[in-house]
Amino acid sequence: MSLLVEMNEKALALGIPLSVHLDLTYRCNERCIHCYLDHDDHGEMNTAEIEDVLTQLAEASVFFLTFSGGEVLLRHDFFHLVEYARRRLFNLKIKTNGVMIGNKEAQRLRELGVEQVQISVYSHRPEVHDAITKLPGSLKRTVAAIRRLKLHGLKVTIANVLMTANSFDNAGVIALANELGAFYTVDPTITPKIDGGLSPLALRIPGHELHRVFRDPQLVPNVEEFCAPPPEPGEDVMDGYPCSAGHTACYISPYGDVFPCVQFPLPTGNVRRQKFLDIWRRSPQMADVRSIRTKDLVTCSSCAHAGTCTRCPGLAYLEGNMRGPSTADCEKSVQRTGIPAAAMAVRAAARPPALVQIQALA
Amino acid sequence: MGETYIARSTAIAARMIGGEMMIMSAVDSTFFTLNQVGTLIWQSADGKTPLSEIVTKRICQDFDVTPEEAQRDAGQFVTELSQHGILLV
Repeated sequence: MSLLVEMNEKALALGIPLSVHLDLTYRCNERCIHCYLDHDDHGEMNTAEIEDVLTQLAEASVFFLTFSGGEVLLRHDFFHLVEYARRRLFNLKIKTNGVMIGNKEAQRLRELGVEQVQISVYSHRPEVHDAITKLPGSLKRTVAAIRRLKLHGLKVTIANVLMTANSFDNAGVIALANELGAFYTVDPTITPKIDGGLSPLALRIPGHELHRVFRDPQLVPNVEEFCAPPPEPGEDVMDGYPCSAGHTACYISPYGDVFPCVQFPLPTGNVRRQKFLDIWRRSPQMADVRSIRTKDLVTCSSCAHAGTCTRCPGLAYLEGNMRGPSTADCEKSVQRTGIPAAAMAVRAAARPPALVQIQALA
Repeated sequence: MGETYIARSTAIAARMIGGEMMIMSAVDSTFFTLNQVGTLIWQSADGKTPLSEIVTKRICQDFDVTPEEAQRDAGQFVTELSQHGILLV
């Protein structure tokens, strides 16, 4: 077992929040078409409030900390907060669009010992990338930032979100990542807006496109294994929990709201009113999330994909029931393996009969 | 021979989890867990206390080990961690 897996198992057994994703602001200098955020500032935490949160997170034994947004460099106190976090010895990852990273900023991030910088690149073609970010010239500036970060010795990951606007450009982005010496990750997940608004979902790539993506050897190391029919789920799977959200990880918004995950906006408390550890250990909502087991899931517990589905309880929550199905993950499982998902059969059966029916004459 | 002084590097991420020190180098992302003795040496590495004093006054006091064995093990431990930029010597 690797040391990291061992650390995670220890944290799980001890109820330790090993990883926290902290969004410093929802303000942004881009307006990505698929973004789930409201970019107006409704009173984000000030410097002193965030310092206090960071101190509490360190005391709670949080090890992996991600600063994200919005665009984090829009915070005037960004580097102060990075330094504050690093003095408390967090393993710190930054998510940014890179547009504001010049040489000075890249150097400072390196000096402060930031472990990794993740930057979204939607296409190798500026007309496609810039149309998604709605910031003319953004690809050029983002690529320049990646070059600067690499020059200063930082680890950079390019995150490529796939949507209808760029679904054929992943090969180009992989080539760009290789040229720049960056790691590459891909994700076809488009989430509803954090307030529940469904408009981004129109950008989800259709089923036949998912089918292609899952069989692309550039994206999937072992296609045969990845697309194999799911094995019968055993007892350990049925007794298992869906993901680390609420178990060893959680999310904090710029307004102090604590959610199990950025993609699971169930309010469990607010650090402006309560101590973080109090929320983590005693929130009834957090306890409810922790109690979710595969065997208790409505519909999904009887699905062939129960043991292999990427079911996100956050996306299920946004569809109305955190113990219910997540339509996006049903689609992924079906397109990956060709095996029907239980939730899709339930939905089909629930559809009313056609208003107009055609019957042959006797 | 002169004394060896050790100090904790700041180019790391570190947390005590379940009684063990977890440390990741910010230089090369190598990950370490330190056992009780290693954690004791780590916590004592203030840059001012000689390693020999850490060994005799902390390790030999708290653990059933001979001074020679403790000194040798501590030396190897410090060498390994310093090669990954986790301890400064």
